[in-house]
Amino acid sequence: MNIVVTLKQTFDTEANIVLKDGKIDATGVNMVMNPYDEFAVEEALKLREKDGGEVVIVCMGGADSEKAVRTALAMGADRAVLINDPALDASDEWVRAEVLAKAIKDIPFDLLLAGRIAVDDQSSQVAVRVAEVLGMPSVTSILKLDVDGGKATVTREIDGGTETIEVPLPAMLTAQKGLNEPRYPTMPGIMKAKKKEMKTVTLADLGLNAADFAPKMTAPVYSLPEARKAGVVIAGEEPIDAVKKLVKLLHEEAKVV
Amino acid sequence: MNFDLTEEQVMVQEMARNFAEKEIAPYIEEDEENHHYRREILTKMGENGLLGWSMPEEYGGNGMGWMEAVIALYEIAKVHTSWRLSISGNCWGPAMTINHWGTTEQKEKYIPGLLDGSAVGSFAITEANSGSDVGSMKTTAVDKGDHFLMNGSKMWISGGHTSNTGLVFAVTAEGGGAQGLSCFIIDYDNTPGITRIPIHTKVGMWPAPTSELVFENAEIPKENLLGPLNKGFQICMWMLNNTRMGCATGAAALSAAALEGAVAYANERIQFGKQIGKFQMIQQQITEMKLEDEAARYLVLQAAWLKENGRPSQQETSMAKLYGCKAAVNAANLAMKIYGSYGYSTEYPCGRWLRDAKQFETLEGTSNIHTGIIAGIELGYQPNR
Repeated sequence: MNIVVTLKQTFDTEANIVLKDGKIDATGVNMVMNPYDEFAVEEALKLREKDGGEVVIVCMGGADSEKAVRTALAMGADRAVLINDPALDASDEWVRAEVLAKAIKDIPFDLLLAGRIAVDDQSSQVAVRVAEVLGMPSVTSILKLDVDGGKATVTREIDGGTETIEVPLPAMLTAQKGLNEPRYPTMPGIMKAKKKEMKTVTLADLGLNAADFAPKMTAPVYSLPEARKAGVVIAGEEPIDAVKKLVKLLHEEAKVV
Repeated sequence: MNFDLTEEQVMVQEMARNFAEKEIAPYIEEDEENHHYRREILTKMGENGLLGWSMPEEYGGNGMGWMEAVIALYEIAKVHTSWRLSISGNCWGPAMTINHWGTTEQKEKYIPGLLDGSAVGSFAITEANSGSDVGSMKTTAVDKGDHFLMNGSKMWISGGHTSNTGLVFAVTAEGGGAQGLSCFIIDYDNTPGITRIPIHTKVGMWPAPTSELVFENAEIPKENLLGPLNKGFQICMWMLNNTRMGCATGAAALSAAALEGAVAYANERIQFGKQIGKFQMIQQQITEMKLEDEAARYLVLQAAWLKENGRPSQQETSMAKLYGCKAAVNAANLAMKIYGSYGYSTEYPCGRWLRDAKQFETLEGTSNIHTGIIAGIELGYQPNR
């Protein structure tokens, strides 16, 4: 079975987010593979180990995204396509989905896998949009996957429980934490990744015209959450008065009682 | 001159860091308390290729060399010093020495298990009355025609009682010393006559097993002689020049862990209305730690680079090991001061760092021995090998 995994490079989840001139500043930030995409890669590798076939990584991003792609290759993916075009720097979810879908169309596949969310912009849109563009079903936040012939049986997370869905292939499935435990890139895997194909393509290479992909959305403002305020200490009161004051604060300020 | 790591080296570093955080860090407290050797960590290291450095791929080598090895070991040892022993104990000790001195049969039989983590490795030189003076060892191996008969005992052997495959050095010619020792491969699972006694009294390194080995008429097959008869002293020195990188790297990593801890604490702890890091006397200590830490790390990388490129490295290895010890002990000591009373509590890692740091001054050549090697080479009394 041939599987395509879409992958994104994101900030390390422990990174300290800094704004510079109203934009997110990536200077000095350690970049990693989106953690949810790791689950997708792992699931693809497990399926390939069982049924054979090829696992292809498709990633959109700048040259620095090569690191996340190489990591996926070191985990065991067979080859990768990196869509790197300056025209995509300010892309929105619509653009990303259209372009990814075009790149995926050129690759033979039976199944698409992606992370359920990217930890940076948290839109959870691109994978589902890709499925729409390609005219196939998508199932999000999967916790368990069984593939049998042309059909996948999927357990997915719903509020307060799970549901099991049967879906014909090809389909796009997005991975939730709990689907599997991603493997480490092994030392021999890291060495082999050097020799695996990583094809970098532009919009023109995909037969697309940058002018057709002006984003429909823009993000004019980014802001950081308010800094946590220091706690309030009620000092120097008789216990009975302190309790009254505390309850008043909890009721009026914190609004929890 | 280029101080950047390669793309692969960065991946190795991140992988080893993740591995140590996920597979080793969660068990530190429990294993420290119980002096427990968690065998499955070695298995996982083997499965992920963390034991196969500078070794032929046909025997399970990972395709990488000294630089990548010290980069990975550094990340592992930074999380828990005891686990620095894994790479020396399996790869740089027995596997690398068998690969260099052994026959094809020996390599095929013993190296794969040491690299894939299915076997625990060890090497045994020290005896109760023979430490720095290696040539004075008394364990004997007498040629009995179809086997060697081994008698004697070894002391302070890392992984001695957990080991499956180990090297043991013994006297094979009258007087021992530089012309009278030989090296043997011991298959501990199938050799009667060996009693292995765990040592539970170490000051530090609690999750790393250490043992006394007693050989009583242990029959060692002829084919287990490693390298030429009576060349054991040379093999031993050759091996130590490799395994000492484990000490050097582990020491530099411990220094880094203590510095990182001290910096975090100095930025957090408020006294006299400000972070204690704002006080000059704390800054003096942080600077001292940082300088020594940086120097120790670059000495390790330099020695690894020389080995990677097949250059003489004995003096540089000794410098990395000796200076690493100093940096580690000083960093652990200063970290404990910076942490104040919390540093003296077992709920914080300062005590472990200090206990573990002291090992480096003794293991694999005491600081005095390394001082002698450095000076001896510098003064032209011996070549740098």
